[in-house]
Amino acid sequence: MMLVVDILSWILMLVGALSVLIGGIGVLRMPDFYSRMHAASLTDTMATLALFTGMMLQAGLTLATVKLFAIMLFLLLTGPTATYALANAALTSGLKPRVSVPESPENVQ
Amino acid sequence: MLLLLGVLAVAWLLWSGIYKPVVLGLGAFSCVVTLFLARQMGFFDHSSEFHRIIWRLPGYWLWLVQEIVKSSWDVARLVLSPSLPIDPVVVRLKTGVREELGQTILGNSITLSPGTVTLDIHEQELLVHCIDRRSAEALLQGEVDRRVQSLEPES
Repeated sequence: MMLVVDILSWILMLVGALSVLIGGIGVLRMPDFYSRMHAASLTDTMATLALFTGMMLQAGLTLATVKLFAIMLFLLLTGPTATYALANAALTSGLKPRVSVPESPENVQ
Repeated sequence: MLLLLGVLAVAWLLWSGIYKPVVLGLGAFSCVVTLFLARQMGFFDHSSEFHRIIWRLPGYWLWLVQEIVKSSWDVARLVLSPSLPIDPVVVRLKTGVREELGQTILGNSITLSPGTVTLDIHEQELLVHCIDRRSAEALLQGEVDRRVQSLEPES
């Protein structure tokens, strides 16, 4: 039983670490500001979820788990707000997103 | 208000783990100050909405986590594929969510899932930047919108 939990938490933490790595690679590879943000949100959300769930499994039913859960929740609640603030600031200061040819004019700006 | 006070007090007790009178006094003081600041900022203007929504949030979170995992997989594959086949579009999403709290949840959920970022929200219309056409189509099918709408109480 312990082994199953251990293996599960290792997998989750590996997934989290990989997400951070891929997010970093994505930020470097993407061509413009807005698409970079998408790569960064991979680190933001998927990595947070996987790493913290993995750590919670390692901690077991202790106070540490409650704290880890709270940290995860706060990160997940504040992360998108920060991303939105960043994106909105970029938009209002006039940075146009690079868009490929629009397909249907009523949906695509 | 009492809910927030309770949460703050429990949080302080769990985090500090020291039960000396001085520390407890500091905790009580900071709880009250936080409560006062929150009230000044209009945090409780929407509290009745919030009380009705909060019980349905965990179910919504479970669904959201599934979506996040799926879209993370898509974005990871995009990033790692050698030709970088991104196809960014900006779409307008009409939403049926009426109240501010629901709209905040909707906008943040969209930003939270990789591949879509909310750029602007204005009177039931969201401006969303999507990394490729597929995520844009998934968004325009409007399942997120429906889910958030079902969080809201009928009014």
